[in-house]
Amino acid sequence: MSELLYHGADWDFVTLQRIHDTCEEVAKSELGLDVYPNQIEVITAEQMLDAYASVGMPLFYKHWSFGKHFAFHEASYRKGLMGLAYEIVINSSPCISYLMEENTATMQTLVIAHAAFGHNHFFKNNYLFKQWTDADGILDYLEFAKSYVAQCEERHGRLAVEHTLDAAHALMSHGIDRYPGKKKLDLREEERRAGQRRAHEEAVFNDLWRTVPSGPAKSKTVLTAERRRRLLGLPQENLLYFLEKTAPRLQPWQRELLRIVRHVAQYFYPQSQTKVMNEGTATYVHYRIMSRLHESGRISDGNFLEFLQSHTNVVFQPEFDDPRFSGFNPYALGFAMMQDIERMVVNPDDEDREWFPEIAGSGDAMGVLRDVWANYRDESFIGQFLSPRLIRQLRLFHLHDDPAERAGILVDAIHNERGYRRIRRELSRQYDVGYIDANIEVVDVDLAGDCRLMLRHTVVKGSQLNETDTKRVLQHLADLWSYDVSLQEIDVHDKVLKEYMLHPRPLAAAA
Amino acid sequence: MAIHIIDRRLNPGSKSLENRQRFLRRAKALVQGAVKKSSQDRDIKDVLEGGEISIPLDGMDEPRFRREGGTRDMVLPGNKKFVEGDVLPRSGEGRGRKSAPGEGDSEDAFRFVLSRDEFVDLFLDDLELPDLAKRRLAQTETEGIERAGYATSGSPANISISRTVRLALARRVALRRPRPETIAELEAEIAESEEPRRSELIAELEALKAKANRIPFIDPIDIRYRRFETKPKPVAQAVMFCLMDVSGSMSEHMKDLAKRFYMLLYVFLKKRYRHVEIVFIRHTDRAEEVDEDTFFHGPASGGTLVSSALEAMHEIVRERFRPADWNIYAAQASDGDNSTSDGEVVARLLTDKILPVCQFFAYLEVGDAGGHSFEMPDSSLWSLYERLRGDGAPLSMRKVSDRSEIFPVFHDLFQRRGKSEKAAP
Repeated sequence: MSELLYHGADWDFVTLQRIHDTCEEVAKSELGLDVYPNQIEVITAEQMLDAYASVGMPLFYKHWSFGKHFAFHEASYRKGLMGLAYEIVINSSPCISYLMEENTATMQTLVIAHAAFGHNHFFKNNYLFKQWTDADGILDYLEFAKSYVAQCEERHGRLAVEHTLDAAHALMSHGIDRYPGKKKLDLREEERRAGQRRAHEEAVFNDLWRTVPSGPAKSKTVLTAERRRRLLGLPQENLLYFLEKTAPRLQPWQRELLRIVRHVAQYFYPQSQTKVMNEGTATYVHYRIMSRLHESGRISDGNFLEFLQSHTNVVFQPEFDDPRFSGFNPYALGFAMMQDIERMVVNPDDEDREWFPEIAGSGDAMGVLRDVWANYRDESFIGQFLSPRLIRQLRLFHLHDDPAERAGILVDAIHNERGYRRIRRELSRQYDVGYIDANIEVVDVDLAGDCRLMLRHTVVKGSQLNETDTKRVLQHLADLWSYDVSLQEIDVHDKVLKEYMLHPRPLAAAA
Repeated sequence: MAIHIIDRRLNPGSKSLENRQRFLRRAKALVQGAVKKSSQDRDIKDVLEGGEISIPLDGMDEPRFRREGGTRDMVLPGNKKFVEGDVLPRSGEGRGRKSAPGEGDSEDAFRFVLSRDEFVDLFLDDLELPDLAKRRLAQTETEGIERAGYATSGSPANISISRTVRLALARRVALRRPRPETIAELEAEIAESEEPRRSELIAELEALKAKANRIPFIDPIDIRYRRFETKPKPVAQAVMFCLMDVSGSMSEHMKDLAKRFYMLLYVFLKKRYRHVEIVFIRHTDRAEEVDEDTFFHGPASGGTLVSSALEAMHEIVRERFRPADWNIYAAQASDGDNSTSDGEVVARLLTDKILPVCQFFAYLEVGDAGGHSFEMPDSSLWSLYERLRGDGAPLSMRKVSDRSEIFPVFHDLFQRRGKSEKAAP
């Protein structure tokens, strides 16, 4: 029987060190986790609010929208409408976890197990993070971004920078490469070469555009539509990338700002695709570690009960008709699925053998889970591993809501033999980024005419864009492009549902 | 593996202060509108409290491509009685919807809390104060007595015993003053010893005693006094008299101008004095002391006798506010009407009774919206005050028909600071 790690609720830095070392012991030897070095920072509630305001990053460039979010969070925090997260963890190397100073020793243990080992392992091993983020370089890159934005403000004025960033933020959700490129993102390299790359691309790009307005002479240099599109890299769904590379009248520093926003968006891209898995992993890990600590006598019964209470709150999933329901709780779903996988591996029944022959009864739960954590994202994870048993347990059902159907909403599938696969497919689709973001791409530029930029939104399932917001976003887009911008909404049968046309505002382009 | 635990709690806070300022700057017009509205609803004394304001989200939104409508498929937990093929009637909202596209976006008004300083800043900005005045207003004054080390002279009550004794001890040690124990030992030895040793010891004892006498236990040069730096401490309380004509000729716009003027005066006084009282006196042909709400909103009718208000103020000063203990400020707002026969009474009251006890007497002649102050003809009250001023009475007076014109009334007040307190331009 070993000694208790701590007594009561108080902790100090020596305690934290001891807790970390003990968790690490369990994480490595028992769970076989592979993590970045940990850096644990103790912060106050106010600092936590600060961190909220800058999307959780320890340093970020200055922009009014972060101030707005801060004011909003602060107001609701003060009124008691909102509790603060117990921790924030940053995908970087070393992996930084913020702990709130108010937490009790048990909470700190939970948070260290959850963030410093659960999330940390996931960040280091999941293929999306490996492909898309550069944990070593991110903090340096943000530092660079921050000082670059500050420099730009000094040189070109705060307003001009603000305009550009506003526009870039509006397009942020469409500034992402969805398919892995040839080489891994290297943010340090990115930062080092920022200057020279700018100059080079300016030159290349100018040549292309100089040929444009040369009127009648173009019979020789006429670009076939095919060739033009290829030169411009069209169709292109990464709007920020397209603007950065081809917008005709942007200043070099504006391009660099777009690039920064694009990189930040890209950095968060894997996180939005792995909410369920990421939280599920971390929750599963903290549950395993805490249970082990309790079994081996490092945590007292009382403190373990305290842990169980917060754990239960975290994995609470209200039912659809509960007033607290607001969609699936990623912690709950993720944790339930991880536990379900463990059960199937260790203790399968006939149904599991039929549905999951590869893993059922294979015996090595951690091996299977580590493999899952490394190679799936939410969509594929649910599509692959949501078991009939869990569907029954959560009593999942599928609704099909067609506004054209006057009678009402159709219950399309429930938790029975006929429904399992359909429910699983639909739930998996809810987590498919391809469906979450509107499918908007640049299709062409009217080079012969007025340089109009043409976008197309492919409407899926009749869901069109919100008009007010779309006009505003397109206005930003037109300001960056500095010529007219049009957007067509097209359904699957190529029928045009709606058209937008925006002209650039004179001021913004002059920046 | 290395692990770093870092304590960030001591790091300077308010990392997002700058973002907040950017946000406020961007929303300035909106926030200012909200502050203005909020200050109209407030009592004068509350103008300095910060507080929650709410601004419309227009122009502050962050647009995104957002989709809506269309057919929706959703998977939900907690099925109780549905079977495949059921059709559920739509009951408006209430079915599980997709999560909102980001907090704040869905709210049509945005509420947040302004700190006291932010609120006052914006309030002052709204009055279009010049920067200099704002800086003065923002200064906080330290007052009273402060410890300032030790001095070699001072009053006996301020002797610092510990410091004095310490210095005395140091001096005695340094000069090797014989300790009483040494002398006592020597005397004991003398009592027991024999000649000739005895006379030697006696000589030694005499020498020691002489030395002890030469080196006093406490010397005047040891004495230290606690030193205090006394700062000129102004009378820390002020009373502000708000006098207003409430006869029928005063419009709402005029009252609003007057209120802003009073607010500004209050802000100014509040910065200077720890305790500020406000007395509201409204008058028609009779004057009465009222509370703030009645002052601005209570109905009243009648003729106009300014002297009645001055008389009432004089009475109140005599009863409750001794000029020696109180700084007295008075601000009068009127549209300038007064019955002609009242002029002499007013002049006498002012020069003999009111002005001698006032730090500052401001007269604000309010005009209708849209007018220009220079177009306002001299009213009877104005001509009267003008004459008094010509005779050297310390009056600040202005005609005001727009709120940006309010500040210049204070100009005299700020000018006067630092010169002799009572002299007026």
